[in-house]
Amino acid sequence: MTGAKILAFGGYQPDKVVTNDDLAKIVDTSDEWIRARVGIESRRVAADDETVTDMAEAAGAKALAASGLAPSAIDLVIVATCSPLVPMPSVSAIVAHRLGIVAPGAFDLNAACAGFCYAMGTASNAIAAGSARNVLVIGSEKMTSWVDWTDRSTCIIFADGAGAAVLGPSDEGEPTGIGPVVWGSAGDQGNKITVTGRTGSMRQDGQAVFRWATTAMAPVALEACRRAGVTPADITAFVPHQANLRIVEAIARRLGIPRERVADDIVHAGNTSSASIPLALSRMAEQGRLQPGTPALLIGFGAGLSYAAQVVTVP
Amino acid sequence: MTDQEILAGLAEIIDEIAGVPADEVTPEKNFVDDLDIDSLSMVEIAVAAQDKFGVEIPDEQLKDLKTVQDVVNFVSKNS
Repeated sequence: MTGAKILAFGGYQPDKVVTNDDLAKIVDTSDEWIRARVGIESRRVAADDETVTDMAEAAGAKALAASGLAPSAIDLVIVATCSPLVPMPSVSAIVAHRLGIVAPGAFDLNAACAGFCYAMGTASNAIAAGSARNVLVIGSEKMTSWVDWTDRSTCIIFADGAGAAVLGPSDEGEPTGIGPVVWGSAGDQGNKITVTGRTGSMRQDGQAVFRWATTAMAPVALEACRRAGVTPADITAFVPHQANLRIVEAIARRLGIPRERVADDIVHAGNTSSASIPLALSRMAEQGRLQPGTPALLIGFGAGLSYAAQVVTVP
Repeated sequence: MTDQEILAGLAEIIDEIAGVPADEVTPEKNFVDDLDIDSLSMVEIAVAAQDKFGVEIPDEQLKDLKTVQDVVNFVSKNS
């Protein structure tokens, strides 16, 4: 059976920067409070007419260019998102068309903040099964479209952006570059993170989610390492969903992964749900913080509650 | 486990999570007012306390535990 590997990453952030001081003008909060509780200094917010599809296209174009593949080489496009403007047509089919990818398999996937890792697992499995050769995987979110700007517990956290990865088959005799996905859900806690209706807004039981994420996710991450045949000490980059810097740090501490190996993209990106992991990866790649050929550990978690983790080889 | 042992274990946890030196963690201290520990750190402390003492401190209970002595009493009563 053929393995899969990551060929390249790409990221996109909207131009508009919203600082903590900007938010302090509209809700009762402060720069100091936000930094202390969630670790965010600023975030990006999409323009009114900028959609999940637009951002997915921008990130996808960058990843595709970086991969060196022609659009015609892509035969599957998966977009993880929970904030598309409309439920149909899918974001993925439109993005593929805009990028000049002709007649690929295309579908959107919603596992909220865990979406990117679900999509990576699905893409890797499709390559291994022979259902696809090269796959464009994108996480794209306009979370601010779900934000109630009077709710200070959520409006300080969520933001917009997109990230992408291009996956292809491993070379003959080369070990797979995408380890087995460890995924799961806890629907009994489905009420902890919700959108209240089609025209509603996001609500989150922050303390309960914090407890769940800081206790239940480290074992999932360890299982992903075990199935990939590595230990946390081997991990050169730990890229958890950028939910809250304190959650990121708490999970890293439990895994014993030193801070310099841990993604902290949330500081200037905010929580972009399914986009946060590929956005962090693309920035870390740009900054030279990723070591090609070494194992990186990804874990997404969020509404559902749902989660997924895998170890990948850095391209 | 004696209250002294629980207090010593709790002080270690608070030092690790919130960076408060163990000798400052005395029974009468209020987490918020005296030790400058916020609600998220309290959750982390509760989780670490569960690992260390085998006593679960649910969120509903946690909000009523205002002082170091409150936590020592809770752990002592439920262990």
